Amino acid sequence: MVTKAVWRPDIKELARIEGQKRPVESGHRLCAGCGAGIIMRQIAMAARKPLVWINATGCVEVATTIFPYTSWNVPWAHNAFENAAAVGSGVEAARKKLVRAKRFEGDPDIELDYDVIVLGGDGGTYDIGLQAISGAFERRHKIMYVLYDNEAYMNTGIQRSGGTPFGARTTTTPVGKVIKGKPLFKKPIMDIMVAHGIPYAATVSPAYWNDALVKFRRGFETEGPVFIHAFSTCPLGWGSAPEDTVKIMKLAVETCVFPLYEVIEGEYRLTGPSVSIAKNPDRKKPVEEYLKLQGRFRHMFKPENKWMIEKFQEWVDKQWETLLRRAGY
Amino acid sequence: MVVQKSVSQTMMALNGDEAVAWAVKQSNVDVVAAYPITPQTIIVERISEFVHNGEVDMEFIRVESEHSALSASWGAALAGARAFTATAANGLALMWEILYITASTRTPVVMAVVNRALSAPINIHNDHSDSMGARDSGWIQIYSEDAQEAYDNTIMAFRIAEEAMLPVMVTLDGFTISHTLQNVSVLPDEVVSNFVGVRKIPRIKLPHIHGEKEIPLMLNPKYPISFGPLDLFDYYFEHKVQQNEAMKASIPIIERVHREFSEIGGRSYEPVHMIPYRTEDADVVLLGLSSTMSVVKKVVDELRSEGKKVGAIRLRVFRPFPADMIRKELSGINVVGVLDRSLSFGAEGGPVFLEVRSALYSSSSKPTVYNYVYGLGGRELPPKLIKKAFNELLEAKEEPERPVIKYLGVRE
Repeated sequence: MVTKAVWRPDIKELARIEGQKRPVESGHRLCAGCGAGIIMRQIAMAARKPLVWINATGCVEVATTIFPYTSWNVPWAHNAFENAAAVGSGVEAARKKLVRAKRFEGDPDIELDYDVIVLGGDGGTYDIGLQAISGAFERRHKIMYVLYDNEAYMNTGIQRSGGTPFGARTTTTPVGKVIKGKPLFKKPIMDIMVAHGIPYAATVSPAYWNDALVKFRRGFETEGPVFIHAFSTCPLGWGSAPEDTVKIMKLAVETCVFPLYEVIEGEYRLTGPSVSIAKNPDRKKPVEEYLKLQGRFRHMFKPENKWMIEKFQEWVDKQWETLLRRAGY
Repeated sequence: MVVQKSVSQTMMALNGDEAVAWAVKQSNVDVVAAYPITPQTIIVERISEFVHNGEVDMEFIRVESEHSALSASWGAALAGARAFTATAANGLALMWEILYITASTRTPVVMAVVNRALSAPINIHNDHSDSMGARDSGWIQIYSEDAQEAYDNTIMAFRIAEEAMLPVMVTLDGFTISHTLQNVSVLPDEVVSNFVGVRKIPRIKLPHIHGEKEIPLMLNPKYPISFGPLDLFDYYFEHKVQQNEAMKASIPIIERVHREFSEIGGRSYEPVHMIPYRTEDADVVLLGLSSTMSVVKKVVDELRSEGKKVGAIRLRVFRPFPADMIRKELSGINVVGVLDRSLSFGAEGGPVFLEVRSALYSSSSKPTVYNYVYGLGGRELPPKLIKKAFNELLEAKEEPERPVIKYLGVRE
């Protein structure tokens, strides 16, 4: 069900095609340095056929579609926050039936040969939308669900989510006199999705464009539900410099805070720089290097809060060891 | 109920839920997305059997909640499919957010609502609190009196929804209709199929992008459209007014589809929005919804035989609310009793009463209006209580003293 052939993206050719088709038009209102904008373009670049794009409520939705404007040159639909996967299920089922019935075969104005992509943020995925995704995956709809994880409810003003990391300052986990940032760790969203027995799941850091494009393409080519966890820097919410967005996306991988891997039919496989870190553990950078570029972790660098960095590092090490074991290292 | 034309129909013993499932089976539905809830379950069970026996070609999405049921139906309809769902009570309440979104994006989903009381306390029996709670959500609402009408209304609903570009809720009373076996006259498959056709995709113009070209209004890579954008104070208000206009514009569509349905051999429900019974010279009428009105009509016959000038009006279409027709129908009536099978907590009366009395405010001959709330949580309304209400109305001369609501069949 998952294609074995590896697609070799030619970035120059893809950029040329993107310039012609402009699937996501410029002029949208995403912040400077927003990771989601890069992810959107990479998804569109990796498409093998036309797309129908379903979006959960969130930054991407509000920033790309303020009536009467839209950035989308692909068919696009937004219904609500928690139901994007259910909407995607309906679109996929309708397509299947209409193709089977040859409903629009004689109509040159209608195209039914497309892939369904569903995009949601961490709020729409870890929290409020989890049930709809679980249902869609259990029913084996052929949809690719992409989580752009900027680790908090950024659209509503930086409130913590199930995807917010330990220690991070958000407006609902402030750095107070007693409690400093979020006292809990991220929900293991990849494990939850992989546990559905879906044929393909992968993590993506947009900084590694080749790795990202290959995974998105593999997702489109997979027969059945696909989950892609994409890391998405948020300068506004993280207190990082817009020009550091890609640097942070790289550091997340290099520190193993966000390792790159894919799960094909239950088999774990490391990809990109995570492979060389697995082979040469001394290449694994300390988490401080990742944390120090972001204002949301600043309080952790105070001498009295050093334990928080240690705790963060312990958690990362443990997660990484588990992953290494699963990937056969 | 008059059969206009004779086509060979099959008389089947069906309960209301089965009648709805048969209508869905015959109406070229492409996608069903539904979640089981008592007393709607028989609908999804029968549809499952039709699908698993290869009797119908549709995608049936067994979703994990009613919220997803309507969300998936919405996605399917936007992708060009004819979509159907069904629910009741708490399931409808869980859909609340998506009810508004479906209507406001002008998406023609058809839904059967098997009327059941809302929690708490949890109760599985019939009242109208579920669909009345959804009365402001922008859905057309048609209330069915019996299993036959549930079948007929479901078939007509697909045409109405797609022509009006509005979602339609067809309701039937839980258990009283949904689980009660009746003789239902089922039209031949091809007659229903021809009547509803397959889902046609409306075409729109986007002159600044495609000039005079009419493009299909659906999720379609050939002509991409963005559905469900952010819409703030500079346009939202106009869109809401347009939506309200669309509701009003559906009135003649509802009438035409009913007429055409009677022409193919289906039943006639003239004059569509409400059906008067022995009101010509009546002094007093009881107005209400759904299956209760069958019993009210029997009581009318009984009282008429005693020489009492009473009548009944069964409201079928509650949204859009036929205010003009209410005024016309009730002119010359001295006293009207409005039957409500739900409460609007803190309001002066039940939802039907509030609408009817408001419509009558501008009528020259203002009848006196009483409000009877009955049957909550499935409590029975026996003929003797209906008779009691009629006798009270026959003696009434002026508006009742506050409080307006009179409860029929409640222990004091």
